[in-house]
Parts: sequence; structure tokens; C-alpha cells
Amino acid sequence: MSLVTAKNLSKTYITGEVGVEALKGLDFEIEPASFISFVGPSGSGKTTLLNLIGCLDKATEGELIVAGKRVSDLDRRQGADFRGSALGFIFQSFNLLPVLTAYENVEYPLVMIKNESKATRTEMVLKVLESVGMLDQKDKFPDQLSGGQKQRVAVARALVTQPKLVLADEPTANLDHATAKNVIQLMRAMRDEFGTTFVFSTHDPRVMHEAEVIHTLEDGRLTHTEQGSDRRGNHD
Amino acid sequence: MINIFKIAARNLLRYKRRTLLTSLLITVGVVMVILFSGLSGSFKQMMIGLITDATLAQMQIHKKGYVSSIDTSPLNLNLGPKAYGKVRDMLEKNPLVESYSPRIKLGAMLSNYKETTNIRLNAIKPDSEIKVCPALPDRITFRDRESGQGLINPGEIIIPDKLAKGLKIKQGDTVVLVAHNKEGSVNGLNFTVAGVIESVAGPQGKEGYIHIKDARDLLRIDKPEVTEVAIRTRDFNRIDMLYAEINSALAEYKNPKGNPMFEIHTWEALSPFYNIARMIDLMAMSMKIIMIAIVLISILNVMMMSVYERIREIGTIAAIGTAPGKIMGLFLAEGFSLGLISTLFANAIGVGAIYILNIHKITFSFGRTENLLLSPSVNFNELIWVSAIVLLVSIFATIQPAYKASKMEPVDALRHV
Ligand SMILES: Nc1ncnc2c1ncn2[C@@H]1O[C@H](COP(=O)(O)OP(=O)(O)OP(=O)(O)O)[C@@H](O)[C@H]1O
Ligand SMILES: [Mg+2]
Repeated sequence: MSLVTAKNLSKTYITGEVGVEALKGLDFEIEPASFISFVGPSGSGKTTLLNLIGCLDKATEGELIVAGKRVSDLDRRQGADFRGSALGFIFQSFNLLPVLTAYENVEYPLVMIKNESKATRTEMVLKVLESVGMLDQKDKFPDQLSGGQKQRVAVARALVTQPKLVLADEPTANLDHATAKNVIQLMRAMRDEFGTTFVFSTHDPRVMHEAEVIHTLEDGRLTHTEQGSDRRGNHD
Repeated sequence: MINIFKIAARNLLRYKRRTLLTSLLITVGVVMVILFSGLSGSFKQMMIGLITDATLAQMQIHKKGYVSSIDTSPLNLNLGPKAYGKVRDMLEKNPLVESYSPRIKLGAMLSNYKETTNIRLNAIKPDSEIKVCPALPDRITFRDRESGQGLINPGEIIIPDKLAKGLKIKQGDTVVLVAHNKEGSVNGLNFTVAGVIESVAGPQGKEGYIHIKDARDLLRIDKPEVTEVAIRTRDFNRIDMLYAEINSALAEYKNPKGNPMFEIHTWEALSPFYNIARMIDLMAMSMKIIMIAIVLISILNVMMMSVYERIREIGTIAAIGTAPGKIMGLFLAEGFSLGLISTLFANAIGVGAIYILNIHKITFSFGRTENLLLSPSVNFNELIWVSAIVLLVSIFATIQPAYKASKMEPVDALRHV
């Protein structure tokens, strides 16, 4: 069964008198443990789509099922619970909490969202920090880390709750090319290690090809789907 | 290990100057309250002590109508032996009564053989009086009196200091008291000045003292009449209860016309200081209201700024699944911590300041009473109350900003720059 199923997914923003049709009837599926990117020019609807999949916003029309849940049925509180337990988020500008160390930022979801015991927390935090290669920087505060390092910590934070799906809206837009590629490769390695599905958006052609499946959005429509440099894709 | 309070503390430290200034403002407000209530409280305590332990006593029973005509020291409103007997029996039975003392009040002419003046006198039974007003001897400067000797003996008089000064009377001098009795006949007796009593403000504060026996001789009262019965309770905090009990016990006694025979007053009704005490309480209350306003406004202001500055952070934690209630909790913890730090500061400074004031004693005058020594004390109950109020107000002030934070939509908050 697909992890994400979208049928005729549409989103219209109403601002004052005018409505902006950001998404116009999308149909797609995302398989578990896949590594997907949505690409497209600015304003094509990438952020809108990721917000819908991430239960941060509601579709105007159509059906969206994420990890077996009909997203439109969730209220505010249930939405928060669902995001906390099934989803992970990576942001364009890293969005680490500045008052917490790298370690504490990763620990945050386990304390504030999952209520894990201290022993479990320590074990999980150290494990993901090691996986993203940030164990030696764990006691630094975000402003003592480089952009790439911050995003690695953010990846660790997204993974520490063992979500089924991690959503990353332009995770590399604030990074130089080499670092960007590095972060995408890290995400992919994490997918390999933990079996977590990753969906990211980008308009950088040099990183989008790191994805297994590349969906192209144009003006709110899915216009093109291609296989990337994926092992499975290459073996087709 | 992180928790809500650690995050709150770190966020407060993030804006050091702002936190410090707000904390300082609250601290000043709280210290003001602590100092004021420490000073005014000890002033009140002292004045009330002076009134209840060294002049009026805590309560007084008279014949009905006496207090309203007290200025003329009317002798026809004395309690006769039977009436006094009833009062005495009633007081003996009440376990809340520690002691009582009969007094005769009279006006007389005092002469040092050269000059003559008016004097108002309290005629007392020294053994009883000292139990009702244990601090009375502290007001008196005796002439070479050995300890253990009674407060006053028959034939002796204690004169108010102003009178002694005015008439140049010293301890050991002989004076004459001349008084009219109820029937209008005049009588005079010689007295030795045994001591000089310090005047204090308020009724009965400028009266002299003689032995009750001498008063009866002077006024030619052959029956054991008294003007008033002064009462001391075992527990000052239950004075109202005792008042009510005595009042209802006395209500049984009616005069032939069917009107109540006795009246009872507490010191509050007898002394104008009671109104000053109430004013002090009112001022202390106003200080507290100002303090509450300071805490409310400054914390509300800081927390509103905090929420506004951290919209993206709020969006982030909300997006990754922090429940709205937890977000609210984070901000409440922050407001509470700010209040807590400030209160702890304020308590330390307030207690310290009072301690210093106690070392450098404050002297002041109140009315005719000079060189009163004020030793402000920390009322720990009050301290706990004030702290609790500050903490509650801190939380209250944070509710609105915290609620606003918890209600933010993650998409909107994340888009905020
Ligand atoms: N909150 C909103 N209110 C109104 N219109 C919006 C809102 N968010 C997005 N839009 C509009 O919806 C369309 C899609 O926006 P979206 O942010 O999803 O694009 P994007 O692909 O993420 O662009 P970018 O690459 O610049 O981030 C745009 O026309 C945008 O103006
Ligand atoms: Mg976007």
C-alpha cells in the first residue's frame, strides 16, 4: 500500500476577493521507503503541496491519505499528534531552536512530543547524531554550527522520532552546492539506514537528480515524472 | 536533559537586558511592598502595644453612656458595688479573660502650694492594673524605687511628665489633690509624688495615677464603686470573640427603665489610632495594587514581545508536532520564571533592607510621644502572600500571550519572517 495517496488534490488560497489556485487536481502516490523530489519553478506549488502532505494545511478539494490517515479528518490537536508521531520535518532555514544545543534540539521531540524515558532518549539521540555525523558537535549551539552542520542536526531531529515520512521543503536552498549535495546524500543514506520515506522539494537541478523519483510541478499541475539516479530506477 | 523550565530560563537569558530590566522593575515594586509593610506593620504593632498594654488596656466596661460623656469624667456614671460584682463574676467565668482591673476615673485640682492646675486621674488597684497593662511601668520614671515594690501605694501619686515639668514638680515632692464628689462637696488630700509618667498620644495618655483607695477617700465613696473595668484577653487575635461574648453576657443586665446597664468597648472604639491603623492598612493595600499593576504590565509586555519575536520558532515546534497546550506551557513557564526570579530577588533585598534598618534603629515621634524606636520586622506570612500574588499575577499576565502562541497556525507562523 502506498504511504501517500493523492487524488484530485487541489488547493485554492483565498486572499480578499481573489483566489489563487496553487494546486490544480494532483494525482500521485508515494511508496514507502522511497526518495522523492518535487521540483518546479518558484510559485509552482511545491510548498503548498508539502504543507498538505505534512498536515500543516488543508486541501480545498480532493483526497489525501498519508500513512493510512485521511488528513482532512484531523482537527488541530490530532494534526499535531499525527505530525509528531508519523512525520518528520526539515526546513529551508534549518529552524533549530537557538537556545538548545545540537543534542537538545534532537532530544526536543522526544521530550516535548513523545514523552520518552531518559534512557531511551539518550540512546536514540546519540544513535541519530552518530548517523548524521554530528556526534562530536553535539554540545554546540546552532549559532556555533555551519549551515550544513545545522541541516544535519535538523535531519537528526526529523528522524529521531522514527517517522514514516520526512518532508523537506527546499532543504538545500540556503546551502552552497557541495554542502547541498552532501545533505541530500545524507538524507538518502538515512533512508537506506532507517527505511524512512523522504519527500523534498527543490528548484536546484543539480540536487533534484539525487532523488529516485522526480515529480515536476508547473503552475499547480504535475506535468512530468521521471526516474532519477536511483538504484531501483536504474534497474528498470 | 531539557525540560520546559530549562527552555524558559534559556529564553529569558537570551534577552538579558530586557529580562534584567523587567526583573528589576518587579523587584522594586515588591521590595517597596515588603519594606512598607515591614515598617508600617511594626509601627502599628508598637502603637497598638502602647495603647493596649500601657494605657487603655484591650477592652473596657462602663456604665451605659459613660464613654460618650468621658470628657467630663462624670462620677454619677460609676458602677455600683452590685453592678461591679456582676461584671466581675461574668469575667471570672470567661476562660478568654486573662485579667481585669477596676479603675476610678476622676478630675481634680493639683497644687504644688504655689500653682494649681487641672489633672485627670486614674485610680487603680496596682496588682490588677499591672496584669492588665503590663507595659505601664515602662512609661513611669520612679523615685529610687526598689524592684518588687508595687506600682503605687496609698498616699502616692504618679504625675504626667508635662505637668511635672510645667509645675516644676519632682519625685518626692508633696502635692495636694482637691476634688468634688458626686454630691458636690469638696475634699483635699496630700500625696507624695512617686513617679513621673511619660505622656502618650490618645485618650488616657496624659493622665496621672493614684491608688484606688485614695480615690475613694478623696471622693468620699464608702462603697466599692468603680468607673471602668479594664480587660486583657489571653489571645489578642480572639479579641473580637471575647468582645462578642462579653457583650451578649452584659446584654442580660437592664436598668429599671429596661435599657442596657453596661457598655463595652475594645481599644479600637476607644482610641483614634484605630483609624490611623486602618489608613496604614489601606496604604499597604494600595501599594500592593500598584505592585500588582507593575508585575502585570511588565510581564505582559515582555511576554507579548517574546511571542512576537519567536513566531517562526513557534511555527517550527508546532509543525513538528508540539501540542498547543505544551506551547502554552512553554510560555507560561517563561512568565512564571520571570516572576519567580524577581520575587526571590525582592525577598532577599527586602529582608536584607529590613535587617539593616534594624541595626540602624529608626527613631521618630508620633503626636506627643517622642523617641519611639521603630524596629521593622519581616512578617513571613506577608512575604509568602506577596510572593504568591506576584507569581499568580505573572502567570495571569502570561496567559494571553501564551494562548496566542498556542493558537498560531504553523503554516502562517513558518512563513513569517
Ligand atoms: N498563504 C498564501 N496565500 C495566498 N496565496 C499563496 C499562499 N501561499 C502560496 N500562495 C500562492 O500559491 C502559489 C504557490 O505557492 P508555493 O509557495 O506553494 O510555491 P513554491 O513552489 O513553493 O514556490 P517557491 O519555489 O518560491 O517556494 C503561488 O502563486 C503563491 O503566490
Ligand atoms: Mg516554496
